[in-house]
Amino acid sequence: MGPNLWANFGEAVSMILFCIGFANLLLHKNLIKKIIGLNIMDSSIYLFLALKGYINGHTVPIVVDGVQSVDAYINPIPSGLVLTGIVVSVSVTALMLSLTIRLYRRYQTLDLDEISKRLKKEGL
Amino acid sequence: MKKLTNKLLDWLNAEDQSVFDDAMELKMQEPKEEKEETVQQRMRDRLHIKDEVYSEGESKEVKVLRIIYRILAIILCGFIAYNLLIAVSWLPRTGEFDKPVNNEVSARYIEKGLQETGAVNIVTGMILDYRAFDTFGESNVLNIATITVLILLRRNKKKLPNEIEEKENDRLLEPKNDVILQKAATFLVPAIFLFGIYVILNGHLSPGGGFSGGAIIGAGLILYVSAFGFEKTEKFFTEKTQKVISLSALLFYCLAKSYSFFTGANELESHIPLGKAGAILSSGLILPLNICVGLVVAVTMYTFYCMFRKGEF
Repeated sequence: MGPNLWANFGEAVSMILFCIGFANLLLHKNLIKKIIGLNIMDSSIYLFLALKGYINGHTVPIVVDGVQSVDAYINPIPSGLVLTGIVVSVSVTALMLSLTIRLYRRYQTLDLDEISKRLKKEGL
Repeated sequence: MKKLTNKLLDWLNAEDQSVFDDAMELKMQEPKEEKEETVQQRMRDRLHIKDEVYSEGESKEVKVLRIIYRILAIILCGFIAYNLLIAVSWLPRTGEFDKPVNNEVSARYIEKGLQETGAVNIVTGMILDYRAFDTFGESNVLNIATITVLILLRRNKKKLPNEIEEKENDRLLEPKNDVILQKAATFLVPAIFLFGIYVILNGHLSPGGGFSGGAIIGAGLILYVSAFGFEKTEKFFTEKTQKVISLSALLFYCLAKSYSFFTGANELESHIPLGKAGAILSSGLILPLNICVGLVVAVTMYTFYCMFRKGEF
């Protein structure tokens, strides 16, 4: 273990959240719960990016009173990346949910094992 | 004789009901009632057949494999978590200034951003001026997601116009004229729309911008639909509206930003004034681009809602 684990406890929390989401993805059979797991992973990444851009004692990157010094504002780039991530996450979630609805209409179940069993029986 | 044959024909065609009236009592068939025991017996039989005859249930090997899979998955997640935590423990300390993230790129955005883009909000200046093609890609991602959801979930009207489809139509089942919801919506929806427009128009001056403002307006539209039903929204929002708004907003974004990048790259004079910093009408292209992004996001949110709710606008 390195020296900065306690100082970086926010990043550590985000990594643990990431693994919780990943375990959700692996352990649950229900498709909706898998999508929830993927969304937890997304949120953990936003937390990580926001913490990477933060600087102690600095304020939000909106110019006030004409002050334009690096010592006054936090890093604006990770904020933009979080915005990108949120948009992509919304699109991917909507796509996955609509695919799930189609699967449910075809097989009348959300259980992934059941669906793959039926697929095998149909010879696809 | 003729009367008798007529009567016989009527009887054959089952048109003369008077023959039966006295003969038997016409009565609706009662629904078949099952006792609790027979239901349980039936379920047991079905499970028995499933397990023993067709072996569809889980055999012992499958159960063991499933347990092994779960243990392996938990071990894998623990391993990944351990490695990530080691990586985090070697990262530079959170909140320190001297780390590789705070390099000359962010310094340039902070120190020159206001003069070069005219936006007081440095993040908006970054995503809609320096990195505008990135945001264009995001808007396109949203549009493509809308199109895919439309393909997957839209109800095919020509294919199945029968009554069963009509019964499944959500519109007939949804609660109508909920007084509390309608009164609340009358107050809330205009306020939500105003707030969303405020957030979009002040994107270059304060926190917010096209994405958040568009999401707020989309939420207002969804509240309006929930309160007043689809009959009212159909008057101003159909599939054609969605198409026209998304495509014209994306096209305007593409053309405006292409012009800006073309003049910037070839060192030509750009005819878009940056204006006075801090005013609403300032910072060149950022305000129209914010409006475009806001329109795309609002339309996308509302389309997602309509598609998931009932498969049409």
